[in-house]
Amino acid sequence: MENLEGLAAEAAAKISAAIDAQTLDQVRVEYLGKKGHITALLKGLGSLSADERPAAGAEINRVKEALSDQISESKQRLDQAAVDARLEAEKIDVTLSGRGQHAGGLHPVTRTIERISAFFESIGFEVVEGPEIEDDYHNFEALNIPAHHPARAMHDTFYVDESTVLRTHTSPVQVRVMESSEPPMKLICPGRVYRCDSDLTHTPMFHQVEGLLISENSSFADLKGMLESFLRSFFEKELSVRFRPSYFPFTEPSAEVDIQCVMCGGEGCRVCSHTGWIEILGCGMVHPSVFEASNIDAERFTGFAFGLGVERLAMLRYGVNDLRLFFENDLRFLGQFK
Amino acid sequence: MKFSEQWLREWVSPDVDTEQLAARLTMAGLEVDAIDPVAGVFSGVVVAEIIAAEPHPDAEKLQVCRVSNGAEEVQIVCGAANARPGIKIPLATLGAVLPGDFKIKKAKLRGVESFGMLCAEQELGLAEKSDGLMELPADAPLGEDIRSYLNLDDAVIELGLTPNRADCLSVRGIAREAAVLSELPFVEAPLAEFASTITDVLPITVSATEDCPRYIGRVIRNVDVSKPSPLWLQEKLRRCGLRSIDAVVDVTNFILLELGQPMHAFDLDKIQSGIVVRHAQANEVLTLLDGQTIEIREGSLLIADETKPLALAGIMGGEPSSVTNASQHLFLEAAFFAPDKIAGRARSYGLHTDSSHRFERGVDFELPQRAIERATALIIEICGGEAGPISCIDGLMPAREPITLREKRIEKLLGMAIAADVVESILRGLGMAVSVVEGGWSVTAPSWRFDISIEVDLLEELARVYGYNRLPVTPIHDSLTIQAAPESLRGMPQLRQQLVARGYQEAITYSFIDPAMHQAMAEGEEGVELLNPISADMSIMRTSLLPGLIKTAMHNAKRQQARIRLFESGLRFLKSDTGLKQVPTLAALLTGRREPESWSESGELVDFYDLKADLESLLSVSASTISFAAAKNVALHPGQTADVYCDGQRIGRIGALHPSLQAKWDFVNPVYLFEVDQQPLLERKVPVFSELSRYPEVRRDLALLVDRQLAAEDVLQTVRKSAGEYLSDLKLFDIYQGKGIDPERKSLALGLTFRHSSRTLNEEEVSQSVEAVVQALQEAFGASLRN
Repeated sequence: MENLEGLAAEAAAKISAAIDAQTLDQVRVEYLGKKGHITALLKGLGSLSADERPAAGAEINRVKEALSDQISESKQRLDQAAVDARLEAEKIDVTLSGRGQHAGGLHPVTRTIERISAFFESIGFEVVEGPEIEDDYHNFEALNIPAHHPARAMHDTFYVDESTVLRTHTSPVQVRVMESSEPPMKLICPGRVYRCDSDLTHTPMFHQVEGLLISENSSFADLKGMLESFLRSFFEKELSVRFRPSYFPFTEPSAEVDIQCVMCGGEGCRVCSHTGWIEILGCGMVHPSVFEASNIDAERFTGFAFGLGVERLAMLRYGVNDLRLFFENDLRFLGQFK
Repeated sequence: MKFSEQWLREWVSPDVDTEQLAARLTMAGLEVDAIDPVAGVFSGVVVAEIIAAEPHPDAEKLQVCRVSNGAEEVQIVCGAANARPGIKIPLATLGAVLPGDFKIKKAKLRGVESFGMLCAEQELGLAEKSDGLMELPADAPLGEDIRSYLNLDDAVIELGLTPNRADCLSVRGIAREAAVLSELPFVEAPLAEFASTITDVLPITVSATEDCPRYIGRVIRNVDVSKPSPLWLQEKLRRCGLRSIDAVVDVTNFILLELGQPMHAFDLDKIQSGIVVRHAQANEVLTLLDGQTIEIREGSLLIADETKPLALAGIMGGEPSSVTNASQHLFLEAAFFAPDKIAGRARSYGLHTDSSHRFERGVDFELPQRAIERATALIIEICGGEAGPISCIDGLMPAREPITLREKRIEKLLGMAIAADVVESILRGLGMAVSVVEGGWSVTAPSWRFDISIEVDLLEELARVYGYNRLPVTPIHDSLTIQAAPESLRGMPQLRQQLVARGYQEAITYSFIDPAMHQAMAEGEEGVELLNPISADMSIMRTSLLPGLIKTAMHNAKRQQARIRLFESGLRFLKSDTGLKQVPTLAALLTGRREPESWSESGELVDFYDLKADLESLLSVSASTISFAAAKNVALHPGQTADVYCDGQRIGRIGALHPSLQAKWDFVNPVYLFEVDQQPLLERKVPVFSELSRYPEVRRDLALLVDRQLAAEDVLQTVRKSAGEYLSDLKLFDIYQGKGIDPERKSLALGLTFRHSSRTLNEEEVSQSVEAVVQALQEAFGASLRN
């Protein structure tokens, strides 16, 4: 049996020395395989006496099991090492940027219109669009602005011909809706409008969102409530809002709405001309003449309308200090509104 | 409208400071645009007289003056050319502080001592510019502080008035508002008739009675127009932004500002026989006060005499009949011109005057007599003379109909009831006649209000004076009416998001474009031109969104942006036989690298198929059949352009910018563009479920040789038609042309996938389908299988 101890020691040494799974398997075959040395010893048990056989058998099996354990332990270690090596080899720089397109972005005007629309849609307003080249009737007459009305001087109008203009506001879209459907109605009309004016603070094209609500019982108090909610929601601030009497031919009573300056919080700064207030929109109760022009019973229905300047809201919301940037479409500007 | 606060306070003086007064006006709808002090900040300046003026021994332009302030005499070196003995001037004494914190100290000028400074208007902040010392009236009391003498502790308040409030284009009108807002009485001196001392009258004929319902005139003889206006008058005008011209003009301007009545004075000697108020006839000409000679359009309202036009009524007087220093006798006019008749007239002549501004908006028709009496008194006070009796011609005067104001309507429209006594006091304060009727009031507007004719006009007045911010605020409340949103439609926001996710940046470009760009990109259509464009390169309404995107790309390319992906949505404007069409359109532009420059990309440039994939992604949910067909387009590359069809209708174009335009507009890399109508993009199909097959699919690949020019889409359509009902998918996965095959042909590799919904397909069925496909392709295109 000295032979057994020698074989065991020899095998153990070879197991330890195996550097990969293949070498290890060769060692297993050499000692524990069908024709292996240890297997041969087991086969030789038959030549021993019945007395000697159990002890010798137990001894050989002990060595066999020990070697077997040693081999599987070693195999596990070698497998793990192989996996580790592979993982190590596959390591990448995860800080490198991803592959493919970067996201683009919406124009800040569109972004602002979508934000305004979302508010009003959430309270049941419908978004309606309409023509930008408009007839004189829908742009002016139907809105209680007859020819030579001094209010026309407030609109520097682009003309296509004597009776066709580029719309100076989106109110004509409202007129078209009033003509073609019955109240009650709640709608907002976002879109491009045009005025023949171009300087530091005017571009010949800009955007408005005009709103109209007609029902049997809407009052100036409702108008105030709705616009206050809108402005606080838009600026995400509990800002002060004030209503100031003004004049628009298509509403009466008419109001300009000022908000507490969002730049200085009402302390007074360059943006609010040191008044603490910023003029933000015009509004009022729909003028009976406007109802009459669209065959709506002005006794039964009342309504209110308002008009928002989109660029102005965007400038205040995002701190843009130059109106003209909106239409230069410089990617360095647009890219800031992702 | 600019006015002096002091002047207002002569009429009504609320117990509040300037800022509070301004806030009160603003919050009542008379928006204060600016408040400016009438003079600079200064102190220590008094009335003084130059006693003697000697030339400076060592300086040609300086004089050494002896100046008295009444108590003592001081020596002052002065450089003003008009410094001379006998005049009264403002003296800044030692220790005085002038605007800009300029302190007056003892000084030596070229060796002569000077104890103070004589001031010009500019130096006191009274004028932008002045020429020489300010000369004070001879009766100015020596030693009196200039600030109190000239009443300089005053502010100029500028109102930005809305066109409906013409009644506030005067101190009188603003005072009436200030009174009602401050709950003070508005008191006006009773009309003082100026007793005539002569009997001269000028005959007046009004033939245009509708345009001129009231015309009042008076002769004033023997005036001395060379007499300057008194200081108080000049100061009042100056503070309201008007320059002193001569006493007569100054008085009429004073009346304009104080009462709001535009007036005109003629030189009586230049009037032939009498005044005729009539419409212009053809070919009449008039030289206006501003020096320009105009051809008067037929029908314009004129003040004329028997032989010639004298003035454009309500707009501007004529030069030949104007009052000069030499005039001895005047004819003074105050009239009422109907606003709707005069509106737009001035503008049609390119004119806008204080007078036309007021008449167009409406001037109190009861005012002319008050105005002419007051003006007469002032002119005679300043220039002397004798006044004749007033002649008044009345035509059809405006009527003021009573308006019913219902108590209930107040509550309905304003959201709250207003107490009856408050209603009445507000309306009466505004000059309305108010009487109680059942359920409300009967209200008649005063002669100066042209914006009150229906009930809601009164409601606005109530709300305004009561205070908009005192009216209630109702939180949003509404019965829920939910708009059904059809699933078969999607909005532009969704499409825009899709493009944004694919790397596009939205642009918004002007709807009016450069005619040259229009010409280059148009498909032969004519654009709508503006009559009054802002500039020549913004004069035509776009018939395509592509010029705007190209211009934007050029702008950015010039700023080192080589990779540009843009889109825009908006209308394009097309003339058609049936009228103007305004078509909602979507367009995109692509140029530069396919991917952002990075470690992982190879610098490959975009091509036609990059853009097409983006367009296809937008069209992929369409409910209609979309197809592309090779097309020619002047602005696009002839070999890389397609028209886009939706159910056989052309909806747009896609292609590469023509290489000659690419070069012309300095694009380094090819530029790809598409432009399609929005409508088909917004219509999408509503999904309908189909059972998932549990049986395996079978795929067969075919390599076919076809003519090189053959469009792949034609091949695919033939395959779909001929492959039978089990074809579930078809892919074109390779195209090869070149070595190894006929140079006139190309090889297409097709992958056909077959599947049955309820059983496994057998080999024979699949083979039959494939054979049918091969045969159909062979018949249609002479296609052969590639070995």
